[in-house]
This record gives sequence, structure tokens and C-alpha cells, in this order.
Amino acid sequence: MKVLMFGWEFPPHISGGLGTACYGLTKGLVNNDVEVLFVMPSATGDEDQTSVRIIDASDIEVSERCSNVKDFLEKVQFIRIGSNMIPYVDPKEFSEMMTHLQEGQIEDFKLGIGKKYKFSGKYGTNLMEEVARYALVAGEIAMSNDFDIIHAHDWLTYLAGVAAKRITGKPLVVHMHATEFDRSGQNINTEVYDIERIGMREADVVIAVSHLTRNIVINKYGINPEKVVTVHNAVDFQGFQNVQVDRGVPEKIVTFLGRITYQKGPEYFIEAAKKVIKNYPDVRFVMAGNGDLLNRCIRHVAKLKIADRFHFTGFLKGAEVKEMFAYSDVYVMPSVSEPFGISPLEAMRSNVPVIISKQSGVAEVLKHAIKVDFWDIDAMADSIYGLLSYPALSKMAVQNGLEEVNSLKWDGAAYSVKEIYSRLLKNKKK
Amino acid sequence: MDKTICLYFQVHQPHRLRLYRFFDIGKSSYYFDDFANKTILRRVAERCYLPANRIIHELIVKYKGKFKVTYSITGSVIDQFEKFAPEVIESFKELAKTGCVEFLAETYSHSLSALISEEEFKEQVKLHDQKIFTLFGVKPTVFRNTELIYSDKIGAIVADMGYSAMLTEGAKHVLGWKSPNFLYTNALNPRLKLLLKNFNLSDDIAFRFSNHNWTNWPLTADKYAGWLAKALEKDDIVNIFMDYETFGEHQNISTGIFDFLKHLPAEIMKYKTIQFDTPSEICKKHQPVAPLHVPFPISWADEERDTSAWIGNELQNEAFAKLYSAESKVKNSGDTTLLSDFRKLQESDHFYYMCTKFFSDGAVHKYFNPYETPYEAFINYMNVVSDFLLRCDRAAQITGQSGGTIIAEDKSPVKKRTVKKVKP
Repeated sequence: MKVLMFGWEFPPHISGGLGTACYGLTKGLVNNDVEVLFVMPSATGDEDQTSVRIIDASDIEVSERCSNVKDFLEKVQFIRIGSNMIPYVDPKEFSEMMTHLQEGQIEDFKLGIGKKYKFSGKYGTNLMEEVARYALVAGEIAMSNDFDIIHAHDWLTYLAGVAAKRITGKPLVVHMHATEFDRSGQNINTEVYDIERIGMREADVVIAVSHLTRNIVINKYGINPEKVVTVHNAVDFQGFQNVQVDRGVPEKIVTFLGRITYQKGPEYFIEAAKKVIKNYPDVRFVMAGNGDLLNRCIRHVAKLKIADRFHFTGFLKGAEVKEMFAYSDVYVMPSVSEPFGISPLEAMRSNVPVIISKQSGVAEVLKHAIKVDFWDIDAMADSIYGLLSYPALSKMAVQNGLEEVNSLKWDGAAYSVKEIYSRLLKNKKK
Repeated sequence: MDKTICLYFQVHQPHRLRLYRFFDIGKSSYYFDDFANKTILRRVAERCYLPANRIIHELIVKYKGKFKVTYSITGSVIDQFEKFAPEVIESFKELAKTGCVEFLAETYSHSLSALISEEEFKEQVKLHDQKIFTLFGVKPTVFRNTELIYSDKIGAIVADMGYSAMLTEGAKHVLGWKSPNFLYTNALNPRLKLLLKNFNLSDDIAFRFSNHNWTNWPLTADKYAGWLAKALEKDDIVNIFMDYETFGEHQNISTGIFDFLKHLPAEIMKYKTIQFDTPSEICKKHQPVAPLHVPFPISWADEERDTSAWIGNELQNEAFAKLYSAESKVKNSGDTTLLSDFRKLQESDHFYYMCTKFFSDGAVHKYFNPYETPYEAFINYMNVVSDFLLRCDRAAQITGQSGGTIIAEDKSPVKKRTVKKVKP
């Protein structure tokens, strides 16, 4: 079985959990005897290719093989999503505009023929353009490679996945790692939402990383529940080593680690910190990470007059993250909405007891974590206090937690994904 | 010789704790969730205690002294009956008047004190004895320990206190090839007789009665009486022990559990050789067959039939040790509120909520547990205990001053009692 997989990033150059998850899944698939062709917009060459073949989209020429450009574009015409949303035009005007648009598209495409497009592979201002270009290149890749099934990770690659499906007719699986609602709360970007919905509608199966995400997919995108399947993420601790650190301060340390954005609930952490500090003097709080709410959080801490006990580290890189865990006595993930959430697993692997919000996918798989509602700052403060002051509690959570995370293997998750592939291929033959 | 069946029901409700945050420590010392306790007690009274007592009373009257039952009622639930449902006590008094009901002795607070403090254990048993005497006018002569917890040593203590017999679980790992359907004796003091629960026949009613997947469902009174008769072909006694809440609460009225109860005596009496008896009568009628060796404590809970549902994991051990570390301070203080809280905090239920075994097995554990996870249960309990220990320290200081004697307990390390190692 061979799968053509569209991703956006792959270790070592990653900015979020998506690349790590893709890496783990592909390795797991290979262990389950599935061959993986992994397409990404911009590869640097130092990716781990032991288990997958990486195709660098920046390296692909869009050839003239597709003799009928119009026909090709018919299939992938949606790539200019959103641009036809023009108010107050009558049907005649609209049809003229559409023809014009299509001609423009053909021109665009012809210009692209024989050329390579240099993707940044980042999440910059021309993201939409890159996403659309990626789909074009995907069509080319789909035509020139042999595979059985298509698998696309998150909205950035959905158009690429759909293009590949329309051209080859092979079954498409889209993987929902995070929905637009998880990223932006209620103020969603409708362009992104549309792409997500197109991807999921055209897909034969939608994989959600948790029941939480599955519910969002069904309720907020109107996707048929029958084709939405939950496959919980796993975690790969191969080669993981705990680091030893010397502490500069005698107090216990409670850590928040992640993007400082609405989705991660940093302000609930600050409010809980205030409550704990008032009653338990020997503690410090650390907020590690960067994000659009960072400045607001700093002001918030200052306003509560706890700045001498509450510290910000800025963005932490790989090794620093491990050190931060080594410093920590308690790890808190107060996410408002977290499709899965891998960092509590890393904390548990580093022998740190964790408190996670019930609004996280990872809460569905963890038993040895304390679970609170993200808004319930009293419960959060109380759990922090409990872990700090009752050694039996943290000892137990650490011991059992370690055992628990070590049992969450990607091979298991990949097995479930392979089952989905097999089912699709069997259905197709019928 | 006559064959005997013994029906024994345990009546208990714990004092559930309120949501007690760490901000409350040192500020608020009221620990209990009166609303939940009252609501649950009223509910169980209406669904179980009152209707079940009514049926039992009717049966006793109907069979003119041939139908007998045995109860043990914890001090914890009696205290709550007095507050929230005094009519239940009245209906038990009615039952007591028939002379066909025996009340057993146990620890007042449904506590695990037998496992850690002989002194506290004896005090609680005495307290409970007095309470039963005041309410029902009889002094119990047979003992049942919390959760049927029993070991040779506990049995010896109970024998020393003057009880003639004790109830415990017919645990397979203790009995081996032996049958639970005979009278046994304590291994250290043969004067103490042992009645063992037949867990197969007891659980058929208590746990399996409404299970539609069970091959013997539906269980009818005549079918069940047949099983009893079969068990008694060779053996002497069948002891059917269960929670009283089985009737109407664990097994809902719609399962037909009350009809089953109504028809059971008649079906059993069809077998002429079988009689209903209470534990003290059984001890007079039957001869013990052998001593039973129980070096490590057993109980009636879970597959393991040991004490690991209450003290097995680190959370439970820690909570248990911390609570009992205050025993001498509480008693030296002479403070009755402190003592009363100490007793309520000893209820075994608090430790049961911290059990991690229900991750693997136990719809049963889930049913009885108001907390979502054992971690939550532990945090809440320890917050309460932290406040309680502060009060103990304060009380110890006060008594130290007023008595003129120096009690330096807050300086010298408190003598730590070790939790008795429980064999897994």
C-alpha cells in the first residue's frame, strides 16, 4: 500500500505540532508496512528520510503534460477561493467576470508552465497564494507518481489533496489536526473555513485527532458523521533523554508552555496563579512561549501585582523546552480549545505532573492527569495547590503518568489509519 | 439437623464532603455537603429504607416469627436519619419490636480504624453499641466490621470485647477448598465464631439481579430458593449478606426487586428443613467445623477481597496516615467538635473515592463515587485534612497552656503510625 501524503512541515524545521505529528504518523505507517510519499512545500534536505520519501514541491516543474489546460483547471478551479465574492453584480455581469477570471487563470497557469515556484513553506502574508500554488503543483505530482491513496494534513494542504483526487480519482483522506475554530475562537477566517469545508466534503474519510475535534467537524462544518473517524494522536519518545538542571530558586515552579494565544487560555493561568500565590508563598509561575496575547498577559500580571513571582521566558526552542520541563514541578495546560495537545505528554515524559483542561483532546486519552474546566480558575488553583503541597499526589501522578505516556505509541495510531485506508480501497474495488 | 439461612443487610450513608478549596484552609472549618447529604438520604429513604422496611415488617407479621432478618446500621447514617429522615428510625424501631430482627455491632463511623488504631476502634464500637441500645433497647452480641474487614488479629480484639461471633467474607483465597456454608472460629480465640458470606448467592441478588446479559436472568424467588436448597443439601448455613440499598436503590423498583423480596420467604419455606435465623441464634444451634486462618485482612470488596479498595495506592496511604496522625491530639484536646469531625473523616468512603482500581474494573466504584477522578477526591480530602490538622495543632497549644503542662507536640515530630501493609 502506498500513500501520497501532503503536509506543510516536517522535522527538524517545524513551528508547531503539525510537523511532529506528521513525522510520528509516517514512521508508524512505515512500521505497519505502508509506503509514504511525503510532499511538502519547501524541504531543506535535512529532513529524516529514513522512513519516507520527501517530495519538495519547490522542486517540481509544472509541465505541459496536461495538454488541455482548460480541462485541468476545470478540475482544480476552486483554487481562487473567495475572489469571486463580489457584491451587487447582476447575473450577466457575473458570468462575464467569471469568464474573465477563468481566462486569467489559464494565463496564470501558462505562465507557470515550465517554471518552479519557490514556496516559503512558512505561514506568511502570501499564505493563501502559496496554498493555491501548492494545489497546482500537487496535480503535477499526482500525475507523475504511483500511489493508492491520498492523505492531506490540515487546511493548508486540503486543496492539494483535492486536486490530486480530482485528477487521479484515488480516495482522499483529510486529517483534521486543528480547525479554524480552535485557532481563532468565534472570529474565524471564512476563507480558511471554506477551504476546510471543501477539503472535508470532497474527502472520503475525515480523520479527527479527538472526539472534541470530531464534534466540531460534524457540528460546525456539517460533515456527514459517518465519514468522520477519531484517531487519537500519539507521541514518539525515541531517543528522549531527561535533562538535569540546577535550580536558581528554591521555590517550586508551575509552568505554562505554549503559544500565548486565545486558544491556549493563558489568562486563566494567570488568574489561577494569583490565587495560589496568595495562599502558598513558596512558588513561582512561568509562562513560556510567544504569541499575540503576550503583551496583554504581561500587563495582566503587572496589574495583579504578582510580577515578582510570575515570569515570562519568550519563545523556547527544543533543548530549552526540555530544560523548562526539568525546572517544573507542575505543568498546566489551560487550553480553551485544544484539538489534541501533545505538550502535556512531553511534560509527563519529563516526570512532571500535569493539569489539563477538559476542553482538550488529550483529556480523552489521559487518566493520570488532573482535569479541570479551563474557565474554572478555582479548580485550577486548587489542583496546583494540591500538587504542590501533597507529595503523595504528585508522586503518584508522575509514576503512573510516565507509564501512561509510554504506552501511547504512533504504531497504534498508524494501525488505525491503515485500517481506514484498507477499508477505502476495498470499497473502491466493489 | 435443621438448615439455616441468614439474611443480613448493611445500612450506611457517608457524610460526603463539600467542595473544599485550599483557600478555605484555616478560614472555614465546615467540611460537609449538607445539601447533597440530605438530598441523597431523603432519596434513598424514600426509594429503599422505608418501602423495604415496610415489606420486611409485613413478612414478619405474616409468617408469625418464622421470618427473621439482621441489620447493621452505622452511626454515620443514624446521625443523618436523625437530622433528615427521623421516620426511618421509627420504622426500624417497629421492626425491633417484632423480636425477629437482630442488630449487629460495628464501628460508629464505618471506619477502617481496625487496621490502624485499636484504641480508636474500640471506642467507636462502644459508641455504636450505646447508640443501638438507646434506639432499639438491645445490646448487640455479634459484630460486623466495616466492609466485612477481618483478620485473625481483628477477630481476637473483637472476642476480647465480649462478642460471640463476627461476620466476614467467604473469600476464596482464604477458604480454598472449604465451603463458606458452615460456622468457623477465629484462629487465635476459638470462642469467637465466624459467619462467612456466600458471595455467589449474595451477589446474584446484589449485583446480577437486573443484568439482562446474565444467563439466569430473570431471577425469580422460586428459582433462587431452589439454589439455596441445593446449597443446603450438604452444608449447614447460607449467609446472604448485602447492602440494604440493593432494594430500590442499586436495583431500581422497576427491576422487580421488591416483588422478589416479598415472595422469597414463602418460596424458601416450601423446603421444610430450611429456617431463617439471625447470627446469634445460628451460633447457638450450629457447631463450628474448624478454625479459619486469616493472617492478612480480607473484605467483601472487589475481585481481590482485600483492603486495597481503601488503602492500596499512595494517595490513600498518605491520606489515611495523615488523618490518624492527629488521633492523640484530638483526644488530648477534649474538643467534642474536633472529635466528631475526626470520626466523620474516618468513614471508609472517603478513601474509596481515591481508588485507582476503577480505571480497570469497576462500574461498581463509579456508581458510588461523586468525584470524577481519584486525584480530585484526594485533593479535596487533603484540603479538608490540612484544615483539620491546623485545628488540632491549635487545640494542642491551648490545652498545653490551660493545663499548665508543656505539650511540645508541634515541635517534636509527630509519631507516625505506619499503615498496615496490605497483602495485594
